[in-house]
Amino acid sequence: MTSLTAKDKAVVKDFWGRISAKGEDVGRDALSRMVVVYPQTKTYFAHWKDVSPNSPNVRKHGVTVMNGVADAVGKIDDLKGGLLSLSELHAFTLRVDPANFKILSHCILVVMSIMFPNDFTPEVHVAFDKFLASLALALAEKYR
Amino acid sequence: MVVWSEQERSIINSIFASLDYDDIGPKALCRCLIVYPWTQRYFGGFGNLYNAEAIQTNPNLAAHGIKVLHGLDRAVKNMDNIKATYAELSVMHSEKLHIDPDNFRLLADCLTIVIAAKMGSAFTPEIQATFQKFLAVVVSALGKQYH
Repeated sequence: MTSLTAKDKAVVKDFWGRISAKGEDVGRDALSRMVVVYPQTKTYFAHWKDVSPNSPNVRKHGVTVMNGVADAVGKIDDLKGGLLSLSELHAFTLRVDPANFKILSHCILVVMSIMFPNDFTPEVHVAFDKFLASLALALAEKYR
Repeated sequence: MVVWSEQERSIINSIFASLDYDDIGPKALCRCLIVYPWTQRYFGGFGNLYNAEAIQTNPNLAAHGIKVLHGLDRAVKNMDNIKATYAELSVMHSEKLHIDPDNFRLLADCLTIVIAAKMGSAFTPEIQATFQKFLAVVVSALGKQYH
């Protein structure tokens, strides 16, 4: 289901190139949205006193996650290999249920649609959706 | 039983009151067929769906997108009883159209993204949560009569 064609990779890299300057904003908004739209995701952040969308911890974490996405764009030709240590982190330490990768991916896509309505065409949407799905698969690689 | 707050009702009514059906309907349906190409299986008689450009300029698809979007009107008017309101439509989607109910969720996601593009930053997290809750209830109701 998730093998990226040469065209997918080109579209992803091109779109990312155009929006990467706003990458941190995307991350902050996506994480904030996620804890509001999918409150069950807050269970992973019980160690923070403030898990509201405006919480500095939540927003900072959005930046962390998005930096991971940016890194993955650079490793798009070998996501499994390139994200090995991140996968181990998610598998053995964080143990985030992989269903949540889909949830966060959806929030990232919504934010991209909001911030870049003209650039986030259906063609970009499908390529980026596939990319995030491949990323999620690579992150779940070491789970079992 | 789905419970709606006054704020949630107001949000849903406001979104649909200012909705440009002729614009959003086609955009949502076309995006669904492009992003999830297997959904094209239901549109064999619609003409050229060969690539994204063909999909986005197909008049049959555009008309159908408007029709589908207006299908949500009854849910907006009957928010407290969406399940009963859509019982017949659910039977139709199952028995006559044979649509895999998982596809309702895919179209709902595309509609969310198209509305997000239209509303921009006005599509706040709270509004997104309410809109997705509404669509989830609709999707569930449409899948209810499948057996």
